Amino acid sequence: MKRAINSFFCVAIFCFLNAAPVWANEAIPTETDPVAQKRAMELAAKLRCLVCQNQSIAESDAELAVDLRQQVREQIAEGKSDKEIIKFMTDRYGDFVLYQPPVKGTTIFLWAGPLILLLLGLVGMFFLLRKHAGKAGEATVPLTDAERARAAALLRERSDSEV
Amino acid sequence: MIPEIGQFALILALVLVLVQGTLPLAGAARGIPAWMSLARRTAQSSFLFLALAFGCLLYSFIINDFSVLNVATNSNTHLPLHYRIAASWGSHEGSIMMWVLMLGMWSCAVSIFSRHLPEEVVARVLGVMGLVTTGLLLFMLLTSNPFERLFPVPLEGRDLNPLLQDPGMALHPPTLYMGYVGFSVAFAFAVAALLGGRLDATWARWSRPWTTLAWCFLTVGIMIGSWWAYYELGWGGWWFWDPVENASLLPWLIGTALIHSLAVTEKRGTFKIWTVLLAICAFSLSLLGTFLVRSGVLTSVHAFATDPRRGMFILVFLALVIGGSLVLFAFRAPRVGTAGTFKIVSRESSLLGNNILLTVACGTVLLGTLYPLFLDALNLGKISVGPPYFEAVFVPIMAVLVALMGIGPMARWKESSPRELRHKLRWPLLITIVCALALPLVLGRTEWKSVALLALGFGMAFWIITTLVAVVLERLHHLQGGFTDKLRRQPRSFWGMILAHLGVAVFIIGVTVVKGFEAERDVRMAPGDTVSVGGYTFKFVGIAETQEGPNYSASRGTFDLIKDDKLVRNLYPEKRIYFSHGMPMTEAAIDSGFLGDRYVSLGEEINDGKGSWSVRVYHKPFVTWIWLGCMLMTLGGIFALLDRRYRINMRKEAKLPLTGENDLSGSAR
Amino acid sequence: MKRKLLLLIPLLVFVVLAGFFVVGLDRNPREIPSPLIGKPVPKFSLPTLSDENKIITEKDFAGQVWLLNVWASWCVSCRTEHPVLVENAELIGVPIIGLNYKDKRSDGVAWLARYGDPYSFSIVDADGRFGIDLGVYGVPETFLMDKQGVVRYKHTGPITIESLRAVIIPKIKELKEQ
Repeated sequence: MKRAINSFFCVAIFCFLNAAPVWANEAIPTETDPVAQKRAMELAAKLRCLVCQNQSIAESDAELAVDLRQQVREQIAEGKSDKEIIKFMTDRYGDFVLYQPPVKGTTIFLWAGPLILLLLGLVGMFFLLRKHAGKAGEATVPLTDAERARAAALLRERSDSEV
Repeated sequence: MIPEIGQFALILALVLVLVQGTLPLAGAARGIPAWMSLARRTAQSSFLFLALAFGCLLYSFIINDFSVLNVATNSNTHLPLHYRIAASWGSHEGSIMMWVLMLGMWSCAVSIFSRHLPEEVVARVLGVMGLVTTGLLLFMLLTSNPFERLFPVPLEGRDLNPLLQDPGMALHPPTLYMGYVGFSVAFAFAVAALLGGRLDATWARWSRPWTTLAWCFLTVGIMIGSWWAYYELGWGGWWFWDPVENASLLPWLIGTALIHSLAVTEKRGTFKIWTVLLAICAFSLSLLGTFLVRSGVLTSVHAFATDPRRGMFILVFLALVIGGSLVLFAFRAPRVGTAGTFKIVSRESSLLGNNILLTVACGTVLLGTLYPLFLDALNLGKISVGPPYFEAVFVPIMAVLVALMGIGPMARWKESSPRELRHKLRWPLLITIVCALALPLVLGRTEWKSVALLALGFGMAFWIITTLVAVVLERLHHLQGGFTDKLRRQPRSFWGMILAHLGVAVFIIGVTVVKGFEAERDVRMAPGDTVSVGGYTFKFVGIAETQEGPNYSASRGTFDLIKDDKLVRNLYPEKRIYFSHGMPMTEAAIDSGFLGDRYVSLGEEINDGKGSWSVRVYHKPFVTWIWLGCMLMTLGGIFALLDRRYRINMRKEAKLPLTGENDLSGSAR
Repeated sequence: MKRKLLLLIPLLVFVVLAGFFVVGLDRNPREIPSPLIGKPVPKFSLPTLSDENKIITEKDFAGQVWLLNVWASWCVSCRTEHPVLVENAELIGVPIIGLNYKDKRSDGVAWLARYGDPYSFSIVDADGRFGIDLGVYGVPETFLMDKQGVVRYKHTGPITIESLRAVIIPKIKELKEQ
């Protein structure tokens, strides 16, 4: 299986590259148009490879990832928008293929979650600050002599350290 | 014979930790000194047996004892000795063995370095650690025995996963586990405090160095993992927001919050309940990470053989440890929590902000990591949550945190005058804004989006650096004497803070520059071809088949790295085929430097009769700063650990009897 | 009282998480549901394996229930699945169409000669385009179409005797009766 994948990878690259006729000393880029290439890689980085599942199709060398990268390039060449290309992918593989999940009913807590957490944190902080600031002074419990001696000893030791 | 000794040692260790986890706790509850005194001895002797067991496992790997299933599946005779050693913790069984061994090691360390602690506290702390060890040992013996025999004995073993045959990957698990497991000490101290009803500043002081040490290990562990991914996976990424990476980031975030809140609890006696909760959470998240990796509930690059029985066992274990400690927390957390007052502008409040932001960041990562599982469990479909999500939500939280990072060290305890603070922050703020806006333009960026991102990154970094400089200068301003003398008189914990925060700045610079200026070329090259990236030229000299590896053959490419028509050095990326797996592995070649890396990795051979290969070359400016930043953070932690006061306190406290009556926190119990 | 409730929050969060984990334990996170289910099978026009010049399209199956099984000679798990199909072709009782996916024609023919041919015929998708339209990500995969040519079920991975008896055959029966 793996070997097959690799040979297919070679074949795919081979077919694709043969299109470029130049044989200069400068290495041949796998994509001639740098702007389209950049767009293709950016899009590919947002799509999850379904074979290896923990790489984007930009990173993966799996056969399917190579094919899908090719699809992305072709569709860019055809003048399709990013949205259309992403729709092409989700029509076939579902939302699973997107590393950035779409905002919809089921993902509302995913996208709003951080904000909700932050608000909860701020509310908590507000109450804590009010509570601490509102108190008149330290909760004072009279010290015993032993405690007073120890406090003095500790203060002497730690006068130079703060954090 | 040796594996049986190992097995027997494990069983003995189990008996010992069972004693360690029961009698001392009961003794502390009922005030029976004899039972309490068992804690130290059982912790030390159980560690000896765990070490013996680990030694037996190591031995089985070294002598290629394929009658042990674990050895047969994860090693073979061609594997070099150092990787046979590393293989002993490369498998699921071996890594659990490593976990337990380290738990024993930390318990043992606590038993040795706790001479100054009251017997009751030691008994409780070691008791709790004993219970945790018991659970993990049971898990190991019942579901993942590393010494399980195999019959008939195969002549040759399989192999260690080639991805793991690498120095970085050999070191990554032990350091990471040291960090994970190290949080068990803070956890045990917290649970002991809840059990004993003694939650005060002394408690914070005792658990602080342990927490810092564990945090240092965790930082290094995560750093090695990221570094490994960078050079081993072959496409130059260093963080993928993979569930397993997130699982290590979660305890790190909470651990970082814990370090800061422990400072407040120790210094000011406030935030006690919160600190206890963080201590519980840090270790709980370490355990949760283990569960996520090994139960197969999430897909991840780390494919440990998953087994639902194991998953169920860990889940029950989690429920007992985390659930139990949270129940204890809910019912035993002290009634009065607000000792000490502070104003809205004060160091306390900025550290509170730090804690809240780190916790929110942790919650966000947890949410993103588990959300696919939530939806699937509710039958609402399958989705993926990946880097675009995490980057979008994590970076803003970090930006706010960094803003606070500049103010915190400058604020005074209890109360800071806002006007004074404004005065002190005015220069740093000005320098930061100017640099952040000017630098992207100076570096030749004009597109607004990339300028904005660079400005944000540089702004964060410069804000940290300038405020740190201001803090140091202010410190020195109030002292008399020569400059170097003044520097030397600052306590190490102060320098620890400076270094760790500086590490964050260095890390941010690395990330910003590499994200903003990295260049990549994906090309096909025949011998003699050149490709230029980032001011460097790579010339493909040729490729040779080598048989140099002990257990693999490789196609080794030779590249000339040329700058300004001069040869800088040769690079030798490889494509390896490991005999046992037949799986091709990419070994990138990197010319690493302080200001950036030149990175080349081989793709596939192209059958065009000219010896062409597909090749990826990268220029990664400042990428090393990412790891340098992590190292500075760790160094900061080490400096804090070396602070004089821990040693002084140890000596003094040994003399002063510590009972519940004379603690300094003044908390009304 | 309010305070007590606050302290209970971490525990509650954990209990909820643990609940999800219990459910999650027997889910397979690698299995991806197909968005094609309930939609017409994608249009195609592909040659058969035995005859390069014979072109088959989705319209050729109008009015019948049919199975489309994606296979390849390089696919290791296809070999475990194949005997199940060969032995149970009659029991399945509807045309099984093979989709020879990203394979060499000669390899595919040889493979069928060697391991048996349960298919009415196989169509050839040499460059994997139709595979992408179908959302194939792990061969073997099997699609079940109803009389209107709508995809009703997808099985990812090798079909086993158990999955055949428990799921696929009952579904076929149900669709045939419609």
